[in-house]
Amino acid sequence: MTVTAERPAELTPRRPDRGPGSRADGWVRRAPLLPALVFTIIVTQLPFLFTIYYSLQSWNLVRPGSRQFVGIDNYILVFTDSQFRQVALNTVLLTAGSVLFSLILGLLFALLLDRAFLGRGFIRTLLITPFLITPVAAALLWKTVLFDPTYGLINFVLSPFGVGATDWISTFPLTSVMVALVWQWTPFMMLLILAGLQSQPHDVLEAARVDGATSWGVFREVTIPHLRRFIELGIVLGAIYLINTFDAIYMMTQGGPGTASANLPFYIYQRAFLGFDIGQSAAMGVVVVVATIIVATFALRLIFRSFSGGEET
Amino acid sequence: MAAPTTTERPATPSTQDLAPARKGRVGASLLTVLAWIVGIGFFFPILWMVLTAFKQEADAYTTPPKLFFTPTLDQFRAVFDAGIGPYLLNSLFATVVSTILVLVLATPAAFAVSLRPVKKVQDVLFFFISTKMLPVVAAIVPIYVVVNDIGMLDNIWTLIVLYTAMNLPIAVWMMRSFFQEVPKELLEAASMDGASTARSLREVVLPVISPGMAATALICVIFAWNEFFFAVNLTAARAATVPVFLVGFITSEGLYFAKLCAAATLAALPVVIAGWIAQNKLVQGLSFGAVK
Repeated sequence: MTVTAERPAELTPRRPDRGPGSRADGWVRRAPLLPALVFTIIVTQLPFLFTIYYSLQSWNLVRPGSRQFVGIDNYILVFTDSQFRQVALNTVLLTAGSVLFSLILGLLFALLLDRAFLGRGFIRTLLITPFLITPVAAALLWKTVLFDPTYGLINFVLSPFGVGATDWISTFPLTSVMVALVWQWTPFMMLLILAGLQSQPHDVLEAARVDGATSWGVFREVTIPHLRRFIELGIVLGAIYLINTFDAIYMMTQGGPGTASANLPFYIYQRAFLGFDIGQSAAMGVVVVVATIIVATFALRLIFRSFSGGEET
Repeated sequence: MAAPTTTERPATPSTQDLAPARKGRVGASLLTVLAWIVGIGFFFPILWMVLTAFKQEADAYTTPPKLFFTPTLDQFRAVFDAGIGPYLLNSLFATVVSTILVLVLATPAAFAVSLRPVKKVQDVLFFFISTKMLPVVAAIVPIYVVVNDIGMLDNIWTLIVLYTAMNLPIAVWMMRSFFQEVPKELLEAASMDGASTARSLREVVLPVISPGMAATALICVIFAWNEFFFAVNLTAARAATVPVFLVGFITSEGLYFAKLCAAATLAALPVVIAGWIAQNKLVQGLSFGAVK
């Protein structure tokens, strides 16, 4: 709001009482925003303050009276906990792997759909469905009907290739979870990249073709640079959503065997709701938040850049 | 299943007599077939789930798996007998009420960051989006403690409040991107005609943004219906939602594929339909409006 700058000089620099830029106007503008803002602050921000507070205490729910202030002891325990390190590594592997593979598949699918053909809308609808389906139901589907060693569809499909009755979930727990996640998240990447492909400037594509560029040349020189922003956005958004993966692990492996397929959300859940260790799990929560803030800083920069005009530098 | 374009004439292997256009057509047909194979293959697990839901258990456990069988509704009946009803109602209630609350809160807020902006719009938007990036697992412990202290465990309203907070940032961002599509001239014309803000909102802005509002609502519905983490940690017998029901199902009925599939189909059906309707706006919602 720069209206005040244009006001005649004889006005006092004090805010005007009425009209744009006045104090009253400020509140009129703010009023519609406040309910949402206050609600969000209370429900989403206050808990984090409590998390920090709890993380400085030794507090186990099954030992009443054990609650006491212990400073940074919980954090020392977190960083010396070898299981925590294993689980942190799992989180990185699971998030990065799922994002990467769903991005590659999503790119291929998007390229297939980026042309007019018979039944295109129908195929697109089929392809997005795994993303819509309730994650718990999807995990259930993978655990039983698809990955079952004896009656599972996967082993049946692979049986001509000499794969016996493999128990995928026990043998490769983390990979199995990742397969289910990639299946669910590929449609998201596909839609994002498809939106990118379809927003390509047609005149540039035309010009490149007229200049005699090959399809591959056009793809490499025009499409890939244009898609870059969408791919980056897919990576950060995918990472933000996938780092919170809980449903698939809970349903398919319960983090096991041991902690082989546990990620940080699942491990913290175990500590809090099965171990009742409030202090420890709060400290881990804080560590996860700090790690996420680092990722999110990139994400936010990217999203704001995406908003401030199409083709930025 | 092959696309009709391929049936015209089989492509001859000799390339000499083929004009480039012809070659392009053959390539295009192959890509079409590939797209169909990929689409159906990718969707197949869901198709299989729905098919299995209509099988008798004996038909669900065969090697090789059975594609043809006599369909039955027995499994759906069994799922309802196992008591999915109250869970469906809980899910429905939590989803609908939280989505209404989200729209009631987000629409004015989006207005205040778009058409009639407050100062520091960027900061406000930044705040909203940052709440989506903090992992919920870091908040669950204090939420559990507080909810327990005020006696709101296993209460559907607890979920409603949390789902509203979960979807509000997405809705504000999405609605903002729809408000921005309202032509400025329309608003100016309305205010010149002496229309009050409320009236111009109702008569000028609302018709323009209502499709966007519907899409926002559908995306909130999908997220609220599918939510599991809060539901499993904060509810028990009374307020539990459908995803929690599925968990109970896998532990007690672990060996009954057909029944599991019927339960999973029932759980997923509402959101799949919502998502199919909203599919054109799905990316916009999930990317916080960054991609149209």
